Amino acid sequence: MQYQYQYQHQQQAAESSSWGYYVPAVRGMIGSDPLERVVRLASESAVVIFSISSCCMCHAVKSLFCGMGVNPTVYELDQDPTGKEIERALMRLLGNYSSPVPVVFIGGKLIGAMDRVMASHINGTLVPLLKEAGALWL
Amino acid sequence: MQSFKSLPHPEMYCHSSFFLREDGSRSQTRFADLGDLDQPASAFHHDGAVDLSPSSMFSLKSGNVAVLSGDLHYDAVLNTSIGSVEIATTGTGCLDTGQYMYHKGAAIASSLGNGHCIENWGDSGMADNSQQTDTSTDVDTDDRNQLHGVQHCTIAVVDSLEKSKAKAGDQKTLRRLAQNREAARKSRLRKKAYVQQLENSRHRLTQLEQELQRARQQGIFIATGFSGDHGSGNGAVTFDTDYARWLEEHQRLISDLRSAVNSHMSDNELHLLVDGVMAHYDEIFRLKSIGTKADVFHMLSGMWMTPAERCFMWLGGFRSSELLKILGNHLEPLTDQQLVGICNLQQSSQQAEDALSQGMEALQQSLVDTVSSTSLGPAGSGKVADYMGQMAIAMGKLATLENFLHQADLLRQQTLQQMNRILTTRQAARALLVINDYTSRLRALSSLWLARPRD
Repeated sequence: MQYQYQYQHQQQAAESSSWGYYVPAVRGMIGSDPLERVVRLASESAVVIFSISSCCMCHAVKSLFCGMGVNPTVYELDQDPTGKEIERALMRLLGNYSSPVPVVFIGGKLIGAMDRVMASHINGTLVPLLKEAGALWL
Repeated sequence: MQSFKSLPHPEMYCHSSFFLREDGSRSQTRFADLGDLDQPASAFHHDGAVDLSPSSMFSLKSGNVAVLSGDLHYDAVLNTSIGSVEIATTGTGCLDTGQYMYHKGAAIASSLGNGHCIENWGDSGMADNSQQTDTSTDVDTDDRNQLHGVQHCTIAVVDSLEKSKAKAGDQKTLRRLAQNREAARKSRLRKKAYVQQLENSRHRLTQLEQELQRARQQGIFIATGFSGDHGSGNGAVTFDTDYARWLEEHQRLISDLRSAVNSHMSDNELHLLVDGVMAHYDEIFRLKSIGTKADVFHMLSGMWMTPAERCFMWLGGFRSSELLKILGNHLEPLTDQQLVGICNLQQSSQQAEDALSQGMEALQQSLVDTVSSTSLGPAGSGKVADYMGQMAIAMGKLATLENFLHQADLLRQQTLQQMNRILTTRQAARALLVINDYTSRLRALSSLWLARPRD
C-alpha cells in the first residue's frame, strides 16, 4: 500500500504510519467536549476510523478499506492523550457495544462498528457511500 | 461304546442337582444302599450310565468303568467317603479304579483335585474348553441321573466302595470337595457375568449399527470423540447435537424444496419454502453464536463438520465467496442487473473475508508476541508478575477470537440474505439446492475417504 506520496503536501504535521495512510496529530483540542471533537474530526475527512493500535479488529477494518483502494484517516486512540475520553464518547455513540473501536465515519456520517461496516459492504451500500464522500474514484 | 438309551440327553451336562452335597453322613447314607453294588464285575449298568462326554473314551476294564473326557486331566485321587476312588489322569482317561460304584439314581462325579476344568461348553455354544476353572462335579443323590440341563462336564465314575479309607481321607476329601464347590460356584458366576457382558455388547452393537445406518443415509460423520478440554466440553457437545438436529431438519426442508421445484410449483408457494430455508439458516447462525460463546475453540476447530468440509473451512464455516463462485455457473439465466449484483456480492464478500483473515493473522502474531515476550527457555526464571501480566493480556486477545468468529458468521449470513434479495424466487430456490448439493457431496466425499480400503 503505497499511499504516502499522496499526502506529502499536507499542511498539518502528520505521522506516516506503516499503513501509509494519513494519521494526523490531534493538537490543541484539549478541553473540548470529546463527542464534539469526534464529530468534528469525523467531518474533516472522507473516511475516518477511530482505532487502537493493538486492536486486531481495527486492523481488519483498516485492511478492508485499504483493500478497496480507500485511504481512511485513522486516529489511534492509544496514542492520543485524550484517547480515553474519546473512547468513552464512542461507547456512548455506539450504544450497547463491547468495544469502542473500531468506529467508522464516512462523509461525516456514522457508519458504526465492524459488523455494520461489513453488512453495508455486503448489501452494496458501502461503495456508493464512499463514492459520494469522494473516497473512491471508479 | 455303550448306548445310553435311558439318557435323554447324551451330551454332557452337569446339573447342580447332581452335585454332591457335602457331608460325610450323607455320603454315608447315600452309599449305604449301594452296598449291593459292590460287585466288581457286574456293577456297571448301562442304563443311566453317566457318560457325559461326547468325546469321552471308555475303557471297560474288568469290572471297571472309566468315563473320562479326552481332554480331561486329573492328577488327583479322590477319596470319597464311601471308599477310595482313584482317578488317574491320563490322556485316554482311563479310570483306574479297583471298583466302581454305580447307582441308577445318581450321577457320579469326581472332584478335580487339581482344579482342572472339565467344562465343555461346546454343545451349548460356549466354547470354553480352557481348563481354568474348578468345577466341582458333585453328585446329587437325586434319582435324576439323566443329567437334564446340566452343565457340561466330564464326570468320572467314582469307584468308591472301600469304606476302610473313609475316615482317613474324610477330612481331606471334605475340604477338597468344599473347595471344588466354591470353585464351581465362582465359575458359574463368571460364566453368568460373561454372558451378561456379551448380551450388553450385542445390544450396543445393534444400537451403533442403527446409528451408523442413519448417519450414513444423511452423509453425516458424527465425530464421536471429544476434544481434550472437557472443561468446555459441554458447549461443544451441546452444539454438536444441535447441529446434527439442524442438519436433519435442513435436509428435510431441502427435499421439500427440491420436489417443489421439480413439480413446478407456483412462485408464491415456492417463496414460502425458500423463506423457510432462509429462516432455518438464521437458526444455525443463532446456534453458532451460542456455541461460540460457549466454546470458541471448538467452533473454530470445525470438528462438528465432516473432514472434507473442514478442509475448505474458513473461520469456522463455509467461505461465502466460494459458494458464490460455485453458484455462478448454475444460476442462468440472469438479467444484467442480477449479474452485476452477483458479481459485486462476490467481490465484496471476498474483500470482507480477506479483511477478517488479515485481522486473524494480526491476532495470531500479537498472541505470539505476547506469549513469548517474557523470557522463555532455561534462562526464563521470569518474574511471576510479568508472567501473569502477559497471560492476562493474552487472555484478552483470545477473547477477540469470539468477535472474529462472530463477524465471520455474520458475513456468511448476510451473503446468503443478499443473494436471496438479488435473485428471483425460482432462482433462489435453485441456488439453495445447489449449495446443499455441494455440501452434501463434500460430506459424501468424507465418508468415502474414511471408508476407503487401505493396504
